[in-house]
Amino acid sequence: MGKEKDMRATYNDTLIDLAASDERIVLMEADLMNASGTVTFKSTYPERFFDMGVAEANMAGVAAGLSSVGKIPFAASFAPFASRKTYDQFFISANYAHLNVKMVGTDPGITAQVNGGTHMSFEDGGLMRNIPGLVVFEPCDNVSLEKLIRKAAEYEGCTYMRLHRKGGNIIYKEDDEFELGKGVVLRDGSDVTLVATGLVMVAEALEAADELKKEGISAAVIDMHTVKPIDRELIVKYAQKTGAFVTCENHQVVNFLGSAVAEVLVEEHPALLKRVGVQDEFGEVGKLDYLKKRYGLTAANIADNARAILTQKKQ
Amino acid sequence: MDENTLQELKDTARRIRALTIDQIGYFGVGHIGGALSIVEALTILYYRHMNIDPQNPAKRDRDQFILSKGHAGPALYSVLADKGYFPQEWLHTLNVGGTRLPSHADMVRTPGIDMTAGSLGQGLSAGIGKALGHRIDGIDSKIYVIIGDGESNEGQVWEAAMSASHYKLNNLIAFTDYNKMQIDGYTQDIMDLDDLNAKWVGFGWNVLRVDGHSFPALNRAICKAKEEKCRPTMIIMDTIKGKGAYFAEGNLGNHNMPFDYDTAKEAIARLEKGAE
Ligand SMILES: Cc1ncc(C[n+]2csc(CCOP(=O)(O)OP(=O)(O)O)c2C)c(N)n1
Ligand SMILES: [Mg+2]
Repeated sequence: MGKEKDMRATYNDTLIDLAASDERIVLMEADLMNASGTVTFKSTYPERFFDMGVAEANMAGVAAGLSSVGKIPFAASFAPFASRKTYDQFFISANYAHLNVKMVGTDPGITAQVNGGTHMSFEDGGLMRNIPGLVVFEPCDNVSLEKLIRKAAEYEGCTYMRLHRKGGNIIYKEDDEFELGKGVVLRDGSDVTLVATGLVMVAEALEAADELKKEGISAAVIDMHTVKPIDRELIVKYAQKTGAFVTCENHQVVNFLGSAVAEVLVEEHPALLKRVGVQDEFGEVGKLDYLKKRYGLTAANIADNARAILTQKKQ
Repeated sequence: MDENTLQELKDTARRIRALTIDQIGYFGVGHIGGALSIVEALTILYYRHMNIDPQNPAKRDRDQFILSKGHAGPALYSVLADKGYFPQEWLHTLNVGGTRLPSHADMVRTPGIDMTAGSLGQGLSAGIGKALGHRIDGIDSKIYVIIGDGESNEGQVWEAAMSASHYKLNNLIAFTDYNKMQIDGYTQDIMDLDDLNAKWVGFGWNVLRVDGHSFPALNRAICKAKEEKCRPTMIIMDTIKGKGAYFAEGNLGNHNMPFDYDTAKEAIARLEKGAE
């Protein structure tokens, strides 16, 4: 993680490419164009780029209006502002009105780093998951990011994407294909299932699986890039197979990945579950390594939870 | 304002600038531009106008200050450290994991901070709440708020503008740091504020326009604002983003800029030389 192309560059390049073949694509920023890395979209398609200034709620409302006359707006800000500040406008003008707005929240969770607690959203995914019918996803590498942006553009309806700005990762092969709402089994396993979402946690989950393997523990790893609608079928399949889950999210454990998996398990196939993520706390300032440890968003903590749940399983 | 007072304020401002550059340079990156454009405003408030007591930060009848553009926190931390709210050594803990000095002003973590900010657009409303509360309690104090020009894009700023004049809050004195820049460029290009004076006048405020780096001008405006009987005051300060740091001043990239400690030291040396 970190050495690859910045995820924001993939965001920008993919939208430029999409805009070339689809004139409905428009891009919106709220005084964070430089942060989201969309400067060359602006220079390539100046007439389809709108910097709305530091006014996220207005941006969401304007995006809805653009959508109502046939445009496909992608609108971005830092995750807390793309969610908390736009919530009612995005909810009513875009979602309730059955329009087609693609909201993008950048620097999700601890990747806000030194911007600190006011910028560190552990709740944006949960807020968004509460909006009826909204598709909520968080890509874990540059390949899936590009493919999922294309799927989101094709999809008729609102979406919310958590976008890591800086750094990237390559987990997939160039020709891998993705569907919104379909999780990907990165690694098969029979003892425990690690379900992860996003750049930070999918990488940590893979590392945890390696660690567990050394101890003879077979851990499956699922990239659950789409948290809503959640891939029920895949969860049930692995509930049957392993009967034990650890969810891994760079978010509050409330109302995002951990909650979504728990809901499916309880309703369809009860299994053991532990949720690695932020335990009902606010964010705080610091660099990524400090924050990972501070909130337990580490391979080591995932592995500890897996061991604990396997002990539980044996009892 | 007599010569001595003026010289003292200038010396203080230079010290605050140096501490701010040092603080951010020590960490290696930060909101240097918007921190340096408000140094004179902070200096005249904290060293001349505000009724405060660093030994008793929670004093009930004190004047209060809200840094609504919370990303300029380091400038305020320099002032608070200099005034003795906490040890100056803390300044080198800016943004380090576990610090009490986060990038954005935070009343939970930092002694002397009267309001948490960082999500732009919220500080003026909080100032109205404080002003109303003090009015209920018969506390004769002033509430000071600094907002950014880019921040003024936020709708909440104008909701606040309307309610402050509706409630005739003459105990509220706000400043706009009109440095003409936001992150993506000049305010004129990103979201034009057009006639900012006229907007605040239109919302029923007492509006004063000053050079935000001139102590006599700031002083006159604040004195006038304190005499206002039935309106809130907006002091629009023409400022320069990054003022006083040779590597940042007026440079569009200075919003949240990396620079190393050697650069910081060089900038501080030049500041001090400029004083001779
Ligand atoms: C609600 C919200 N949206 C976006 C941001 C990110 N942000 C931080 S500073 C800034 C620009 C602010 O411009 P201005 O108020 O002019 O600040 P200054 O020039 O004084 O630094 C932006 C967009 C934020 N902090 N809060
Ligand atoms: Mg500005």
